[in-house]
Amino acid sequence: MNESTIGLVTPTSELARAFKLESGVDVNLCFQCNKCTAGCPTSYAMDYTPAQLIHAVRLGLDDLILHSKTMWMCAACETCTTRCPQDVDIAKVMDAAKIIARRRGIQPPVPGVASFYRSGLTTIRLFGRMYEVGMMMMLKMLTRDFFKDMGLGMKMMRKGKLKMLPSLSLGRTIATWRLFSRVKKKEKRVTR
Amino acid sequence: MKYAYYPGCSLHSTGTEFDESFKAVCQSLGIELEEVPGWLCCGTSPAHSTSRLLSLAMPMKNLVLAERTKLEEMVVPCAACFSRFKIALYEIGEDEELRKDVDEVVGSSFQGQIHVIHPLEMFDRVDSGTLRSHVKRDLSDLKVACYYGCLLTRPPKAAQFDVCEYPVTMDRVLQSVGIPTVDWSYKTECCGGVFSLTETDIVLKLVNDIFNEAKAVGADAIAVACPLCHANLDTRLTEIEEKYGVDYGNMPTFYFTQLMGLAFGLSHKELALGKHIVNPEPLLRERVPA
Repeated sequence: MNESTIGLVTPTSELARAFKLESGVDVNLCFQCNKCTAGCPTSYAMDYTPAQLIHAVRLGLDDLILHSKTMWMCAACETCTTRCPQDVDIAKVMDAAKIIARRRGIQPPVPGVASFYRSGLTTIRLFGRMYEVGMMMMLKMLTRDFFKDMGLGMKMMRKGKLKMLPSLSLGRTIATWRLFSRVKKKEKRVTR
Repeated sequence: MKYAYYPGCSLHSTGTEFDESFKAVCQSLGIELEEVPGWLCCGTSPAHSTSRLLSLAMPMKNLVLAERTKLEEMVVPCAACFSRFKIALYEIGEDEELRKDVDEVVGSSFQGQIHVIHPLEMFDRVDSGTLRSHVKRDLSDLKVACYYGCLLTRPPKAAQFDVCEYPVTMDRVLQSVGIPTVDWSYKTECCGGVFSLTETDIVLKLVNDIFNEAKAVGADAIAVACPLCHANLDTRLTEIEEKYGVDYGNMPTFYFTQLMGLAFGLSHKELALGKHIVNPEPLLRERVPA
């Protein structure tokens, strides 16, 4: 038996294939050295470590992964991606896990973080740029946590670091709307 | 010298001090900036957590807009935007199919006529003699810890910025204008970025670690190059001191451009020093001759 025949009998889980399609990353390259986990600043807040998550993708444990907190607690700092000796882009796997979970209609176990992304993207879609005050208001509606950081927000507003009104431009709004709708159309075609 | 300028959303709001001080320093050095007309958000974390295609299309759309300025380089101060641009360029360079998809979404194809650089790279290119010749204020009593954060250097295959685990560009630039910087091991640790508003406890822990290390090596202040790092360090300090029962003596966090501007003799108002939550004036009164 040589290396190429070993390669042929290595099975790939359906899920690993889905991750590859979503992110371009082949998790089967991982040899579980755990370097990603050792350097991860937020692994202490995850239910599965980054290395465990990668392994679970290889094994095709859909439920475990897609209901896990791990990808929602990823800060996207890219330390894991930088240090992986096998060049597995782990940060991108985390993104793919969020995207696949969302597509399958799974409620995120860390709703605040998911709401933050949703609020941020909504203001970007509407105005073409991030509008912090609008994003924060939407986040408060979604998380029902109305008083968190109110004092800090007021202080920042007094210092002119938060703008009450979004920066508006019709051209920018149209350009953004066009971009978002083309992405949506294209993704529908690919994922169907 | 003239550069295309992509400020990004943060520099127009929470990071306005970075925008103001960067422009002021460029003016002192005779560097001209042209803001990219009609620029959009780079997509940032909400985009890459939601759709890979969108997260690549938004920076590429901006690069197409920037290319129309006919300038050779686009300077991007926000480390998070800088990272999104670099990652998009890297990914479409690696995958022809992906590039076609992105082009289709953007509606035109990026020709590669403009390069993305960070202000640190821009100032690092100015020879140190020229930088020194602009110095009008002595800051040699101010010991600064240069905090680069995650996104300037990582992942190195895309960012192509300095040495990814121990960068020195900011140290070199600040030393050139007479500011001593310290060696420390938290240069590229994560501040918790996106979790500021939702999982604040994570931010408090990570930022506490950063201040703890900065204090341990005897730094008076921290210098940053990212509006997200600045927001987390500057706005959460009091909370951290309360939660962990520590005292960092109101250690201020500056944008590195504010420190350059101080050395160049610019006024505190021009550098928007009054906009920080942690007031830097007591430290500056103590360490910087008027």
